[in-house]
Amino acid sequence: METNFEKMIDLSRRIRIHVLNMVNDAQSSHIGASYSIVEILVILYSRILKIDPKNPCEVTRDKFILSKAHGSCALYAILAEFEFFPLDFLKKYFIDGGILPGHLDKESAPGIEHSMGSLGHGLPFGVGLAYANKIDQNKGQIYVLVGDGECNEGTIWESAMFAGHHKLDNLTLIIDYNKIQSFGRVDDIINLEPFGQKWTSFNWDVIEIDGHNFEQLINAFESKSKKPKVIIANTVKGKGVSFMENTLEWHYKSTNSEQYDSALKELKSK
Amino acid sequence: MRTTFVNTLKQLARNDKRIFLITADMGFSVFEDFREEFPDRFLNTGIAEQNTIGIAAGLAMSGKIVYVYSIIPFITMRCFEQIRLDLAYNNANVKLIGVGAGFTYGSMGSSHHAIEDISIMRSIPNMTVLCPGDPFETEELVKRSHEIPGPVYLRLGKNGEPTIHKNKNKINIGESINITEGDDLILITTSNTLELGKSWVDEWNLEGITVNLVSVPTIKPINQSSIIKLIDRNIPIITLEEHNIIGGLGSTISEIIAESGKGVKFRRMGINDVFSHYVGSAEFQRKKLNILQKPKKSWFLK
Repeated sequence: METNFEKMIDLSRRIRIHVLNMVNDAQSSHIGASYSIVEILVILYSRILKIDPKNPCEVTRDKFILSKAHGSCALYAILAEFEFFPLDFLKKYFIDGGILPGHLDKESAPGIEHSMGSLGHGLPFGVGLAYANKIDQNKGQIYVLVGDGECNEGTIWESAMFAGHHKLDNLTLIIDYNKIQSFGRVDDIINLEPFGQKWTSFNWDVIEIDGHNFEQLINAFESKSKKPKVIIANTVKGKGVSFMENTLEWHYKSTNSEQYDSALKELKSK
Repeated sequence: MRTTFVNTLKQLARNDKRIFLITADMGFSVFEDFREEFPDRFLNTGIAEQNTIGIAAGLAMSGKIVYVYSIIPFITMRCFEQIRLDLAYNNANVKLIGVGAGFTYGSMGSSHHAIEDISIMRSIPNMTVLCPGDPFETEELVKRSHEIPGPVYLRLGKNGEPTIHKNKNKINIGESINITEGDDLILITTSNTLELGKSWVDEWNLEGITVNLVSVPTIKPINQSSIIKLIDRNIPIITLEEHNIIGGLGSTISEIIAESGKGVKFRRMGINDVFSHYVGSAEFQRKKLNILQKPKKSWFLK
C-alpha cells in the first residue's frame, strides 16, 4: 500500500505530462477535465483499488467506473503507469488508426470496465455492480467518478435514490466538483448547492474534501460507512498548469507549440 | 403471451441460477409467483427506466442473465440511449421484455401505444429483435433469448391470445414459419397480428382462395434466403403488422425485395405514420384509422 506522498506527487506529475502529450499530439479536447481528477486517480490506483493489472477481470476485484469519460486521457495514463497496458498505447490516442478513443471503449484496452461517454450512465451501472456484489456476497468495492455538471442528469438522482434505499455500502461515488461545466460555471447554469445536503437527504454519507489533497482523499476513501458514500471533491479544472486553471476554454482547447512548451516547463518544475 | 413469458422464465430460472428479473414497477398480478419462488433474483427498481437499464447492465456484467420488464414505450423509448450504450455497445446479456404491442393498450391513449419500437430497436447494432405472435412462439423465443449471449428485445402483446401454430416445431432465430400453404397470396405477419392474419386466411379459404400465411417472429436477424424463396414464388406479397409503416416488418421485407433485384407485387399494411386520438380497443382503433382491414381480393387475384 502506497504511503509515500513524494512518489504520489511524482506520479501525478507524470500523469499530467502524459495527458499533455496525448492532447497535444492528437489536438483533442478535455485536458482541463482530465487534470482535475489526477490526484483522485492516483490515490485510487496506488492505494485504494484492489485490482491486479495482470488479472484485470478477476471476479472479486474492486471496480472503478469513470463516468465522466471525457476525462479518459487521465485514466489511460494511470492504467498505463500501472501496467494494465504498455505506455506506448498512449501514443495511439484519438488519432486515425489509434487504440484509445476519446471516450471509453472497454474493447480497446484492459482495465476499462464499461464503455462510456454519455453522461449519467456510470452511476446506474455502478449501482448494478454494487447490487450484484451484495446478493453474490462478493467483497469487491465499486467506485464511480462523475463530474459536477453530470449531476444535471436525472439518472444521477434516480440511482442516488435507489442506492440510498438499498443501503449499498459497497458503493463510493466521487464527484469532481471543479465548478465548471460544458458551457459555463456550474453555479450559473444549474446551481448544485446545497450539494452535500442533497446527498444526505438521499440517505448517503457525505464527505467534502479538497480533491487534490492526498491525505484528505485517503481519509475520505478509508472512512467506514454503512450507507453508500459520496466524496464531494473540490477540485480545480486544469489543475497543474496555471494558464489552464479554472477556465472554461481549456475544457476544449488543445495546446499550440508555445503553450505546450510552457505547460511542460511548469509541470516539470513542480 | 404474458403468462407464457413468465411461466417459461420460471422454468428457465429453475435450471439456471444466473437468471434475474427486474421490473420498473410493472407486473402487478404477473410476477408475484416469481418473486416468491426467487426472492433473491427479483428486483423492483421503481419507476425509473433509465436507471433500470444501467442497473441491468451492471448485473449482467456481474454474470447474470437479466430480464427487464415494462410496457413497451417505457422499456424502449424512455431509456433508448441507455439501451444503445449500456446494453448494445457493451453487448450486455440483458433481455428487454416489452408488453403491449401496437394498440394492445388501445383505450389508454397514445402514450401507451407501441408503434415505433420495432423500427428503433432493429436499428441498434448487436440487438436481436423478437416479435412472437402467439403463446407457442412466445415460449420458443423466450427460450432462444436465454441462449443468446447478448441484448435481446422481445415484443409481447397481452394475455389470452389463441395458439395459432399447429406444428409445434422448434423455432430458430431468424426463421420464418409457414402457417398455411397457398398459391394466391403470400401474407407475411409478425407479432400480435398473427391472429388477425390467420382469421383472414380462414375466411378466404371458404371462398376457395388459398393464402401462404408466413409468420416472422424474428425481425432481426432475419434469414434473407427464406424471404427470397417467397419472392421467387412470384405471387403478390402483403406484410401485416400493428406498427408504424416506417421501419418495421414491411420495411424489413421491402429492403430484401429491393436488394434482390426481383420485382413482385407488394404492399405494406400497418399504421400510416399517425398517432391515434381515438378512444377504444385495438380493433376499434384499426377500424377508425382504416388500417389493417382485410384487403380486397381483387388486389391480389389475377
